Amino acid sequence: MTPAIPHSPFVSPADDVPEPGRSPWRDAWLRLRRNRLAVFSGGVLILVALACVIGPWLNPYGYEEQTLGNAYQVPDWRHWMGTDQLGRDLLVRMFYGGRISLAVGLSATVVALAIGVVYGAVAGFAGGVLDAAMMRIVDILYALPFTLFVILLMVFFGRNIVLLFVAIGAVEWLTMARIVRGQVMSVKRLEYVEAARSLGFSRRRILFRHILPNILGPVIVYATLTVPSVMLVEAFLSFLGLGVQPPMSSWGVLIKDGAAAMEEYPWLLIFPGAVFSLTLFSLNFLGDGLRDALDVRSSKD
Amino acid sequence: MLRFIWLRALQSLLALYIIITATFFLLRFVPGGPFTSERAVPREILRNIEAHYGLNQPLHRQYFSYLGSLLRGDFGPSFKYSNRTVNEILAEKLPVSIELGLWSLAVALSLGLTLGIVAALRRNTWADYLASSIGAIGLSVPSFVIGPLCVLAFAIHAGWFNASGWYFPGDRVLPSLVLGLAYAAPISRLTRGGMLEILNQDYIRTARAKGASEFRVVFRHTLRGGLLPVVSYLGPAVAGILTGSFVIETIFQIPGLGREFVTSAFDRDYTLVLGTVILYATVLMALNLAADIMQAWMNPKVGLE
Repeated sequence: MTPAIPHSPFVSPADDVPEPGRSPWRDAWLRLRRNRLAVFSGGVLILVALACVIGPWLNPYGYEEQTLGNAYQVPDWRHWMGTDQLGRDLLVRMFYGGRISLAVGLSATVVALAIGVVYGAVAGFAGGVLDAAMMRIVDILYALPFTLFVILLMVFFGRNIVLLFVAIGAVEWLTMARIVRGQVMSVKRLEYVEAARSLGFSRRRILFRHILPNILGPVIVYATLTVPSVMLVEAFLSFLGLGVQPPMSSWGVLIKDGAAAMEEYPWLLIFPGAVFSLTLFSLNFLGDGLRDALDVRSSKD
Repeated sequence: MLRFIWLRALQSLLALYIIITATFFLLRFVPGGPFTSERAVPREILRNIEAHYGLNQPLHRQYFSYLGSLLRGDFGPSFKYSNRTVNEILAEKLPVSIELGLWSLAVALSLGLTLGIVAALRRNTWADYLASSIGAIGLSVPSFVIGPLCVLAFAIHAGWFNASGWYFPGDRVLPSLVLGLAYAAPISRLTRGGMLEILNQDYIRTARAKGASEFRVVFRHTLRGGLLPVVSYLGPAVAGILTGSFVIETIFQIPGLGREFVTSAFDRDYTLVLGTVILYATVLMALNLAADIMQAWMNPKVGLE
C-alpha cells in the first residue's frame, strides 16, 4: 500500500490562508508519481509508442523492401536489429509491427470498454429481474471457450484485421461489464444520487452524468490491464498464422518468423520477443500502479 | 449447497447446448466446405460424397440427427480422414494433451504455491522480491517467446533435451515447464495476497499465542482460507493451460488435441472441429463447476449468495 498522503497539511496558526484543496485526481497523480516502477513503465510505453509512430519516417528502409543479397545480416550500424530472411530491415518491421500490435490492443480495448461499460451500467442501475437476466447471460458467455471461437472465426472468415479487433473486443467486454455493474450498484445508493433523483433528473442523466464519472477509476485500471491481454491474444493468433498477414507485420508475426529462424539467427527472435515482453510488462505494471494510485482496492494484493 | 450445485450444473448444460448449436451453424454457414478443392471434382461424385455424409439433407435434419448421435456418444465420421471416426482421433490425441496439461499444472501449482507462501511469510525480503520478479517474468513474457528461447538454450546449445517431439520422458520437461511457468505467476501472486490477508487475522495471533508451531500455523490455520483465491483461479487457469497448449504443441511439435484443432479448422473438417470444441467445452465447464463447488465447500459464504 502506498503510504497515505496527509490530506490536511500542517497549517501553522500564523498564516490563516486556507490551503487549496486537492482533487482526488491530483492525489492519484501524486501517488502514481511516487511509484517508481509505474513511472518507468509509463516512460517505456511512451518511448515505444513514439518510436512506432515516428520511427518509420526516420528510417531509410521500407517495411516490405527486400534486398535478397542482404538476407540475415547480423545487427550492425546500418541495420540496428539485423535483417530477416528476405533482407528486410528488422527495425523498420518492428516499428510497423508495433503500430499494428498497439492499434489492435487499443481498439479492441475500446470495443470492450464501450460494450462492457454500457452493459454493466445498465444492469447495475436497473437491478432486479433485468439485472439478473443480463448477468446470467454474462455468466453463460463467460463459460464459453472463446479462444476456440476466435480461432474458428479467423480461419473461416479470412484473416481480416477488422474482424480481429471485433472478435477480441467481443471477448474482453465480459469482465468489464461485471466490474462496472458492481461499482454502479454500490454508487447508486449514495446520497448524491438520491439528491439528483429528487431534483427530478432523468434516469439516463443520473446514470451517465452522475454515476459513471464516479466509477472511472476501476474502469481506467481495468482498461489498462485489458490492453496487454488483447495484445497477447493478437500475438497468439499471429503466432499460429491466423492473425496479421504478410507483408504486414505485427510483433506476433515477427516472433513467429524469428522462432522459425532462431537456430542460426537468434536475434530475429530475441529483439521482437524482448520488445514485446517489455511492452506487456510495462502495461501490466502501469495498470498495477494506477490501481494503487486510484485506490481501487484498499490494499495492494 | 445441493441446490447450488444443481443450479450451476444446469447452467453449464445450457451453456454447452448453446456452444454445440452455435458451432454447428457457424460451420454450416462459412464459405468453403470440406470437399471444396483446387481440383474440379465431377458433380456426381461430389453429390455421392455429400450423400454419404448426410450433407444433402435439410439443415435442421442434419442438426437433429447430429444431436441424436451426440447423445449416444458418437461424434460421427471425420470428413478429412476417410475411414476414421472423430471418436478415434480424439481418443488418440486427447491423452497427449491431458498429460501435457497435468504436468504443466503440477509445475504451475508447485512453483506458484511455494513462491507465494514463502513470499508471504518472508514479506519484503529478498525471497519476496525474487518471487515477484519470477511473477513479473511469467506475466509479461509470453510462452511463445519463452518456448523457442528455451529450445534454443537447453535443446540446441546445451543439448539436454530434444528440440521437439513427444517420444521420451525427457520430451515432457521443456513443454510442461514453459506452459506451467506462465500460470505459476498469477498463482504465486494470489497465494501471497490470500496468505497475507489471513496472517493478519486475530485467530492467527490467537493460534500463535497458544503456542502453535509456525508449521501448524501455516498449514493448518492459514492455508485453508489463504488458498481461496487460488481455488477460484484454478478453473480459468486450467482453461488457459488447455488452450495455451495450442501454441506449445505447435512449438514442440506435440501430437495433441490443440494442434489437431487448428489443423481441422483449416481442413474444414466439420465433425472433427465440432467434436474438439464440444470436448474442450465439456472439460472446461466440468472444471469450472468443480472449482465453484470446491470454493463453496471451503467458504460457505459463497454458496449462499
